[in-house]
Amino acid sequence: MSRVRHTSAVRQRLVALGLVGLPLLTFPLVSLPGGEIGGVPGLFWYLFGIWGGLIGLAAWVAERRGG
Amino acid sequence: MAHKILIADDEPNIVISLEFLMKKEGFVVAVAGDGEEALAKVAGFQPDLLLLDVMMPKKSGFEVCEALRADNANAALKIVMLTAKGRDTEVAKGLALGADAYVTKPFSTKDLVAKVKSMLGIV
Amino acid sequence: MISGWFVMLLAIGYLGLLFAVARFGDARADAGKSIITANVYALSLAVYCTSWTFYGSVGRATSGGLSFLTIYIGPTLMLLFGTVIAKMIRISKAQRITSIADFIASRYGKSQLLAGLVTVIAVIGVVPYIALQLKAVSASFDIVFGNPVDASEPWWADSTLAIAAVMAVFTILFGTRHLDATERHEGMVAAVAFESVVKLIAFLAVGLFVTYGVFGGLSDLFRKAAASPELARLFTVDASRSGSWLALIVLSALAILFLPRQFQITVVENVDESHLRRAVWLFPLYLLVINIFVFPLALGGLLHFNGGGMDADTFVLTLPMAEGAAGLALFAFIGGLSAATGMVIVETIALSTMVCNDLVMPWLLRSRWVNPSARKDLSGLLLSIRRGAITVILLLGYAYFRAAGEAYALVGIGLISFSAVAQFAPAMFGGMYWKQGNHAGAVAGLLGGFGVWLFTLLLPSFAKSGWIGKGFVEDGLFGVDTLKAQALFGLTGMDEISHCLFWSLLVNAGLYVAVSLLTKPGAVEVTQAERFVDVFRRPGDGGASARLWRGSASATDLVALLERFLGPARAQQQLAAYARTRRLDDWKRLPADADFVQFAETELSGAIGSASARVMVGSVVQEEELGLEEVLDILDEASQVRAYSRELEAKSKELEAATAELRAANDRLLELDRMKDDFVSTVTHELRTPLTSIRALSEMLYDDPRIDLNERKRFIGIIVTEAERLTRLINQILDMAKLESGRAEWTNGAVDIVAVVRESMDSVGQLFREKGVELATCLPESGPIVLADRDRLTQVMINLLSNAVKFVPAKAGRVTVAMVTAAGEVRVEVADNGPGLAADECEVIFEKFRQGGNTMTDKPQGTGLGLPISRQIVEYFGGRLWVESEPGQGARFLFTVPLPAEQDNNQDGDN
Repeated sequence: MSRVRHTSAVRQRLVALGLVGLPLLTFPLVSLPGGEIGGVPGLFWYLFGIWGGLIGLAAWVAERRGG
Repeated sequence: MAHKILIADDEPNIVISLEFLMKKEGFVVAVAGDGEEALAKVAGFQPDLLLLDVMMPKKSGFEVCEALRADNANAALKIVMLTAKGRDTEVAKGLALGADAYVTKPFSTKDLVAKVKSMLGIV
Repeated sequence: MISGWFVMLLAIGYLGLLFAVARFGDARADAGKSIITANVYALSLAVYCTSWTFYGSVGRATSGGLSFLTIYIGPTLMLLFGTVIAKMIRISKAQRITSIADFIASRYGKSQLLAGLVTVIAVIGVVPYIALQLKAVSASFDIVFGNPVDASEPWWADSTLAIAAVMAVFTILFGTRHLDATERHEGMVAAVAFESVVKLIAFLAVGLFVTYGVFGGLSDLFRKAAASPELARLFTVDASRSGSWLALIVLSALAILFLPRQFQITVVENVDESHLRRAVWLFPLYLLVINIFVFPLALGGLLHFNGGGMDADTFVLTLPMAEGAAGLALFAFIGGLSAATGMVIVETIALSTMVCNDLVMPWLLRSRWVNPSARKDLSGLLLSIRRGAITVILLLGYAYFRAAGEAYALVGIGLISFSAVAQFAPAMFGGMYWKQGNHAGAVAGLLGGFGVWLFTLLLPSFAKSGWIGKGFVEDGLFGVDTLKAQALFGLTGMDEISHCLFWSLLVNAGLYVAVSLLTKPGAVEVTQAERFVDVFRRPGDGGASARLWRGSASATDLVALLERFLGPARAQQQLAAYARTRRLDDWKRLPADADFVQFAETELSGAIGSASARVMVGSVVQEEELGLEEVLDILDEASQVRAYSRELEAKSKELEAATAELRAANDRLLELDRMKDDFVSTVTHELRTPLTSIRALSEMLYDDPRIDLNERKRFIGIIVTEAERLTRLINQILDMAKLESGRAEWTNGAVDIVAVVRESMDSVGQLFREKGVELATCLPESGPIVLADRDRLTQVMINLLSNAVKFVPAKAGRVTVAMVTAAGEVRVEVADNGPGLAADECEVIFEKFRQGGNTMTDKPQGTGLGLPISRQIVEYFGGRLWVESEPGQGARFLFTVPLPAEQDNNQDGDN
């Protein structure tokens, strides 16, 4: 019973991440980053940063025991 | 040679009566007012039989009995436990700890004397 | 340049390595030691990254900047909705589903029409995609050979054909080992995971080489590119692309679910649902890593070749070669080959299953050739069909590649393919989450969506390739302006993919919903809808589903059917396993009931698809058609049963809670009982102790008349004292019992507390004088008046005083009584200069039968009840009784009695 509940909680958290990720990785937000940091365009940083952040959070949510 | 009896009880009036009773029967009697004193007197007085009250200050009769039985030097010592609590568990506990007999207060003086004598092998 | 033979050998050698990996995987699976772990599963999902990713992403980046990332962001977001994938996996396992065509057909009443339709869409949509892989392999050969292959070259000398043939052999060997398509192809999955690692490392190697070897790192590369306005344009995305940005994310999110190869790897090949948990982040991480250097490579290529007409799709190979890194170029070539191979193998297996089960089998079953009454083993035939399908699909792909060449219809096929499989979305999602979605709706939606896709995307790509007239694109169908293929109803300003996606999904979903709502579903559909949508809610799939079938069957016929399609050995193995689940030793004794028919149909579904399985089972059993109303009734009942069982569960939880409460109450009672028992035992002890002296001394006096007079007097004195003690004890026990039970009688009135204290001191005065103890007072002339029982208050006072005199030393003893009025209460204090009390004793002495200190000498006077009784009395009056003391410092007993309210006011008034 608790395993089932745990699984469903993990799934809901992941779905929430997806719902946060979609607006972050689409227009209009992706048109905002400009300029450059260390020679690399801001958009490059932004896209890979948000994307990597989502993956990191997903890994944390999915692999955490017991949570 | 007269047998030696040690009476350990914290009730002075009971001590008075027991002391009188045992002396009248010709035993050599010593008295202890608490558990620790009882242990000390066993070592010093070397009694043949110990009349041991359960509810005593400092060390209870159970503790005294256990301590005495842990020492082989006292193997020959007869221990009669006296208690005013007549519960079966207490009787069982006393006997398990190595007491030879168990007497419930108030007791009949004749019975007690008879029991003491038979335990000491006096007919 | 590199020797052609060497390259060819290297390619064949690499494919040989994949063979070895696959063989190892299969051998381990056969030995029951699967190597498919969560990590392998997640890596195998990277079959998504084909040569189109490996070579094509760089090309896309040279024109669209970072927008190529949408193709990988979409799958990342979809994986986070892993709950959808989990549901697909659970349904497929329960229903023995082997392909996406089977999934859709099974959900909508095991329909052969739908199965065929989905298969046709998939084949038309995906075969060109396979051709694209072959083209990429061919192009990469050209580059590393250094001589463009002459198109007029005879087909038998074509190295690409050789590669395609090796791929076909691989697919046949590892993809059709078992007849039962639900059996997993673990060897193939292992090989795919392996090739995923190879292509990732190859791509990263090229990326690192170009970025850090050819250029001075990322910032150097970007700064050089920024110098050219042409390239700097790629650094940002302009808002005019916002529509297609979102469209591509949606499109790729659907593709990761519905591409036949993805469905195969994600759903059919899934060994353990929990592997999904790893894939949810590991696969997106793979996508992120493989894409880091795409943009740098694109910029690097553009800078390096300075727009020199080099095809951007080949930068991954041409950049290392131009820098003289031939070894690295070869590694990149292997990476590209790897990407193409993985895709072709898995896609071909998935398509061949569909073609065999959903196109060929229905036709075969209808033909006389496989007369159901004949008892011929068809398992070999089935395998041959599947192998034939593999060969044909690959040949079709090769043929399309040879025919299309550099035509737009081939190079642009990636997203066109994605758009084709996106048409499965309404029927799939609706099928999993909407019970009302039905067969007619699914057919209408798929046909509509597919038609729009053909008209707005595939046919225009043919037109662009010059294969058909451009009239319908430029002037509209039949010259009607509003029917321009890529500007339907005048919708412009979108790129062709977004345009197609918008119209096709609108038509598809619209028709699906509308037709579903307007038509009635069949009985089988309703049953299947229930099973699909509620898959997580029906763990056992028992009761209702068995009752949803009614008819008569013969076990022999069913067994014969299974043996025909699965082969006798496999069929008997499955039957034995099934018999064990029904606790039967011998499968020959299985009853031909609904459950057995269900089992047979599910087993057959694994081999020939759900639609064909239903037809075959129908041919050997006499089924009584259930009416729709009846099915709905049964399902209703089933859901009611589920509701009842939930209620029962709730009830049993309530019962459990009640039981726990009862147990706790019982524990409390037992504790009280134990306390009472202790109390009785203590009282007994206290009563027996004086009795012991009385009895022993009386007996001795009685037995022995010769005891001398002094002893006699002493003994009788003791008897009297102990008798008094006994009397006191009994009185106090009774008193205590009355106080505790609340039955004590109180005569409350206005009491002058100073008067009470003085009286008490007088009545115990004798005790003090006898012991030579000084009794000092510090009292006002007349104290405050309190509301209390005079006698009870006196009892408390006497108790405290007699306690004090008992513990102070004779002659030197001193007891002081004081009284203070403050804060609405009177405080009386009895202080002595006795031995005092240790901190822990200060509370203990208020417990029953607990006396302080060594009372050896005075024992007969104390009962151990005085203080507990006094405390009860004081608390009855609303005050407190406590002691303040330290060892050696004497003890101060204090008690308070509250002043009545008006008295308080009067005093204030007086002051």
